[in-house]
Amino acid sequence: MTKKIITKKEVEYVARLAKLEFNEEEKGEFTSQLNTILDYFSKLNELDTEKVEPTAYVVSQDNLLNEDEIKPSLSPEEVFSNTPYIQKGYFKVPKIM
Amino acid sequence: MTLHQLSASEVVNLVKEKKVSVSEIIQDLYDRIAKVDPLVKAFLILNQEEALKQAKEIDTKVKKEEELPPLAGLAIAVKDIIATKGIETTCGSRMLKGFYPPYNATVIDKLKEAGAIIIGKTNLDEFAMGSSTENSAFGPTYNPWDLERVPGGSSGGSAAAVAADEAFIALGTDTGGSIRQPASFCGVVGLKPTYGRVSRYGLIAYASSLDQIGPITKNVSDSALLMRIISGPDNRDSTSVDLPVPDYLKSCQEEIKNIKIGVPREYFVEGMNFEVKDVVYQALKLLEELGAKIEEVSLPHTEYSLPTFYLIATAEASSNLARYDGIQYGYRTENYKDLSSMYQRTRSEGFGPEVKRRIMLGTYALSSGYYDAYYLKAQKVRTLIKEDFTRVFSKYDILVTPTSPTPAFKLKEKMADPLTMYLSDIYTIPVNLAGLPALSLNCGYSKGGLPIGLQLIGKPFEEETILRVAFNYEQNNKVEKRKPLQNLSPQKMVG
Repeated sequence: MTKKIITKKEVEYVARLAKLEFNEEEKGEFTSQLNTILDYFSKLNELDTEKVEPTAYVVSQDNLLNEDEIKPSLSPEEVFSNTPYIQKGYFKVPKIM
Repeated sequence: MTLHQLSASEVVNLVKEKKVSVSEIIQDLYDRIAKVDPLVKAFLILNQEEALKQAKEIDTKVKKEEELPPLAGLAIAVKDIIATKGIETTCGSRMLKGFYPPYNATVIDKLKEAGAIIIGKTNLDEFAMGSSTENSAFGPTYNPWDLERVPGGSSGGSAAAVAADEAFIALGTDTGGSIRQPASFCGVVGLKPTYGRVSRYGLIAYASSLDQIGPITKNVSDSALLMRIISGPDNRDSTSVDLPVPDYLKSCQEEIKNIKIGVPREYFVEGMNFEVKDVVYQALKLLEELGAKIEEVSLPHTEYSLPTFYLIATAEASSNLARYDGIQYGYRTENYKDLSSMYQRTRSEGFGPEVKRRIMLGTYALSSGYYDAYYLKAQKVRTLIKEDFTRVFSKYDILVTPTSPTPAFKLKEKMADPLTMYLSDIYTIPVNLAGLPALSLNCGYSKGGLPIGLQLIGKPFEEETILRVAFNYEQNNKVEKRKPLQNLSPQKMVG
């Protein structure tokens, strides 16, 4: 039996944050799978990392920055080429008000 | 030898010497694909019309005695997570079915400029999330060595295509082993470059601090050949590094006398697959005979790599995949009542189960109250893992390990249990966390005839050294080289 780290209620909360929705069966399956995985991940608590600096990127260099110049960019036709939801030169979205 | 069996450098040379036309080569390759791909299913999209057109253009140049670019006529397969202008790019996901990128990835621009011809886009685990290519929304790829087994993943289509002689060379991507593990399962050569060596512009992001593009090839010198073309800084990728690109092919030629090889004891655990162990030990013996000095070393934080990797990778994935909202491109549900339900339905219908699982895990690890316990903790352990390597590399030139704990496993064998699937990347993951270059090449076969891979890990930006050791090993390896799917029917011979 793995420890209960995440509850079904929390799974529902995280799903809302991630803009995903699941049926009851999926919620149950995710809860049990995430618990197994998170239980295994708790292995990291064996390590004392109090004085360790975190690593976000492994290569220590400053960002490569470009000159602020105007360069060719995509045409409106190219920008709109991957959706049928266009109206008068805008992306069409559901009503929000 | 038939045309499709040639290596990349052989093809390039034959074209230069006018011994064969590019059109013949490309046509032969598509004939081979028509014959074997119904079994292997390595390709998602073929680019036949365009490829044959490009072949003719190069043939005209050859006729006119014009100067040819370095890879003129070389047919290449591209993992379908790398943006190709005007060629559908799906990431193996329903979310991007029908997506035609309006631009090329930098590696694609570089390859086209070098005269390479894209023959098609290869299958992968959805958004590169998986270790078996079973997570593709368009069905799995099958291992050419045993069609009941997986080709590995996530670059399974690319590795299978090269192994089955459906492409001379392929591009893969590697976030936690996705080039090296399938290369190992399919008996080909896969190189993950140092983080920053190859531009990621146009590589559709999974985990940005770990992803790298690299070559999958039939032999080591082809890997060196391709690395020379795709490496280097790019002002469209702020994490690419401005270091000179060496002549990798030339450095392969040097011998490896007195090179210092470390063998991390944590990679040879009790109960490990004995066939893998045997074959890797034989490889080490050969390297010793070639003059290398081999010693056991320790990377004490190895056992923490897997949780560290999956926390960081899923956190980055949850952020990177937030862009799939159904608005500017990609799938949009037709069944919604307001903006919020449009987002939710679009994402729930567009993503497959493994992608959702990783987004959930990553969102949880980044959410308020858990950030320090999971994400920050993982970033700190990442530092410890990186320091393990730095310490060892102060005394040794390269590290040698198995690429994967087992040879290729059967389809469906690990699909029910995500954690077991994650464990198949245990030897490749630490390399991505530390940003190092690593190469997998075949070092033998199991009794059942499945290829087994040897992993060579190098210091940052020292791809030259691992390529050189791999090349020396390959040249001196007496194990008979085998090829899968050879006896289907008579093939066209080189004239």
